[in-house]
Amino acid sequence: MTEIFEKLQQKSRAVWQSLRDRPLILVGTATCGRAAGALEILKVIKEELVKHGIDAQVLEVGCMGHCYAEPLVTVYKPGFPPISYGYVTAGIAGRLVEDFLAGDDPCLEFALAALEANDMVPALTDFPRGMIERPIILDKCGLIDPEQIEHYIALGGYAALATALAREPGWVVEEIKASGLRGRGGAGFPTGRKWETCRLAPGEEKYVICNADEGDPGAFMDRAILESNPHEVLEGLAIAAYTVGARRGYFYIRAEYPLAVERVKKAIEQARRAGLLGTNILGSGFSFDVDVFQGSGAFVCGEETALIASMEGEPGLPRHRPPFPATAGLRGRPTVINNVKTLAYVPHIIERGAQWFRETGTAGSPGTAVFALAGKVINTGLAEVPMGTTLRQLVYDVGSGIPKGKSFKAVQIGGPSGGCLPEAALDMPIDFDSLSQAGAMMGSGGMVILDEDDCMVEIARFFLDFTQKESCGKCTMCRLGTRQMLDILEAITKGQGRPGDIELLLELAEDVKSGSLCGLGKTAPNPVLSTIRYFRDEYEAHIKERRCPALMCRELIAYYILPEKCERSCDACVGSCPVEAIYPNEDRIKVIDQQKCVKCASCLEACPPQYKAVIKLSPPELVAERGATNRG
Amino acid sequence: MHLTEEEKKVALEQTGNILESYSRERGNLIPILQQVQEKLGYVPLVAMEEVARHLGMPPVDVYSVATFYNQFRLIPPGKHQIKVCMGTACHMKGGNIILDCWKRRLSIDVNQVTPDREFSLERVACVGCCTMAPVTVIDEEVHGRVTPTRVDGLLFSFGVKIPKGQQKEGEAIGRE
Repeated sequence: MTEIFEKLQQKSRAVWQSLRDRPLILVGTATCGRAAGALEILKVIKEELVKHGIDAQVLEVGCMGHCYAEPLVTVYKPGFPPISYGYVTAGIAGRLVEDFLAGDDPCLEFALAALEANDMVPALTDFPRGMIERPIILDKCGLIDPEQIEHYIALGGYAALATALAREPGWVVEEIKASGLRGRGGAGFPTGRKWETCRLAPGEEKYVICNADEGDPGAFMDRAILESNPHEVLEGLAIAAYTVGARRGYFYIRAEYPLAVERVKKAIEQARRAGLLGTNILGSGFSFDVDVFQGSGAFVCGEETALIASMEGEPGLPRHRPPFPATAGLRGRPTVINNVKTLAYVPHIIERGAQWFRETGTAGSPGTAVFALAGKVINTGLAEVPMGTTLRQLVYDVGSGIPKGKSFKAVQIGGPSGGCLPEAALDMPIDFDSLSQAGAMMGSGGMVILDEDDCMVEIARFFLDFTQKESCGKCTMCRLGTRQMLDILEAITKGQGRPGDIELLLELAEDVKSGSLCGLGKTAPNPVLSTIRYFRDEYEAHIKERRCPALMCRELIAYYILPEKCERSCDACVGSCPVEAIYPNEDRIKVIDQQKCVKCASCLEACPPQYKAVIKLSPPELVAERGATNRG
Repeated sequence: MHLTEEEKKVALEQTGNILESYSRERGNLIPILQQVQEKLGYVPLVAMEEVARHLGMPPVDVYSVATFYNQFRLIPPGKHQIKVCMGTACHMKGGNIILDCWKRRLSIDVNQVTPDREFSLERVACVGCCTMAPVTVIDEEVHGRVTPTRVDGLLFSFGVKIPKGQQKEGEAIGRE
């Protein structure tokens, strides 16, 4: 067995080595890169290389996690450290080819950072962010071509599978148990125990499923991993299959991720051709194959039993547990379902040992956590940090803080199952247990940073609206309780809240929690509970004063142009208004027709920063007061 | 939405072709519906009946699956499909304002198609491009950091002219 694998490794290393003998350009073309125009950059680079007659390799790679700086281009040129360039435009791409590859000027004015420490350019590890991050599963993302299995193997990939196959399945279970790995889908259930249950469950036919139904709004790490390094997850799945004794496995990927589906399919195809899937893998006698099942857009299908129902051709309704899927899952057979990230950790643990994994993170939650930073933070993107890192480090060191000089208000963590944590929680070390104590949840690791302009009642309403729409309808409390809560929240954000609404919400929240079968309903009230717990005063301002302190709730605000600041000769706001609600009065001071205004904030954005004449007022009645002076 | 006889015929034909490659197991239901939608752009009633016959199950069960999942569209989409992301990050950065913009410019509501069947409008839960919020996906192409004026620009790139100054509430947009 080792012989076959060694041959594969040798061949792969040769492919990897051959990349190094001439200049190499990596272009990040994961979905985030594409949204920023990476495909256009790729085209420009290829054209420029031809134009200058340069012999260089161009590779499409995944996401390095520095999504804020997309499109990202990394250049390896012999004699220089590998340098990443961010915010690349067609012009910069052209310069890189002309000045750096044809000439010898590394265009450092466009450089984001070098990938390795050197004397010329600061490296990623020299920044505060680089000191906190400990990439394990994101390690190769953005540095290898996800569509070439050789790259993954050359950097140590599939060695863990070979190691596992040479041992007893029981050994793998013990190793995973010893590592303390907990499910990264959100609940944090010990992976080793799940595997052991399934391994010991009676039954000839067993299944393993990779759960890539990442439905949390605000989370994108599973997508990024599948797009950037699908083999890592596939290897983890194969090890899981060997451990529990499954011959078939599935990737359950949500349909909104077409690129992830495509890359996983390619990865499976390549692994089959390399003899890493199929019959008698690496001559070990173990046979295993994988299919892709596309989810069809139902958030509840992230829940194991609902996921299984959908694979069986039913509406995705969760069912009572036990029996757990590990003993009676897909088609009634023992089934292990793990999240993308959980599986991605497996090869690393097998390769480097349980002890090594325990060295990172906290005692109760070993290892690292992958967070997707989004919202009001300067450096949005993915970050992998040790469990127990504080929120402050994540927001201020990794994320570089809040943009536009605004102040931090809260971080929404864990999607609709999670909650909002206030400034006071910034120094809390985050892991599975500390988060649930604070009334939030790890969830899958989506983190949306909110600043002073974000209304906490509105965010609670947003999540309730989401869970209400996504409730499968099986449990009455989840179906109707969330509806009632949503109605109350909607009324509050429209300024129609009544005294006693907060208490009613708290009561309903308890009922929905206890009266629901699956995680969707049990956690649905979390955003409401945590915002009431930490931001009760905002609820009260909405109810008692019909005022939105964050100036966000559209029914409770009005846009207003300060006459003393409006510049007569400037018409920027007039041109930007999509509904022609702004007109100049007889003094050429701009005025907003409140009846026509759709509150889209275009004028606020358009007003040149030196004037800052457009403001928001809450409650909207304030306009009438101001309006009097406006005319006079 | 009214389907022409021709459309029904095409739907039946295509569905038949797809069913040939699937065994009669219920587990194939969602992949089959996905295939039908990929081919036709939607899942018409006649196709659902045909699928039910193939899998030996009541048509109402097929209907219940097709309506349970957000992915399945029961009416033909527009030539250009506009999907506005409603994820958390997009919402906090004004996703609903962008959705309103599309609604206003196309004079249709969510899950509707313009009368000329050029554009259809949908909202999606999250496309995982949170760092580019707010996001609109047009025909698989992701557009990040969309603003109301960008909506006009995107429409312009499809040859749609926004009649500046004359458009009234609910008035359809003009095409060149």
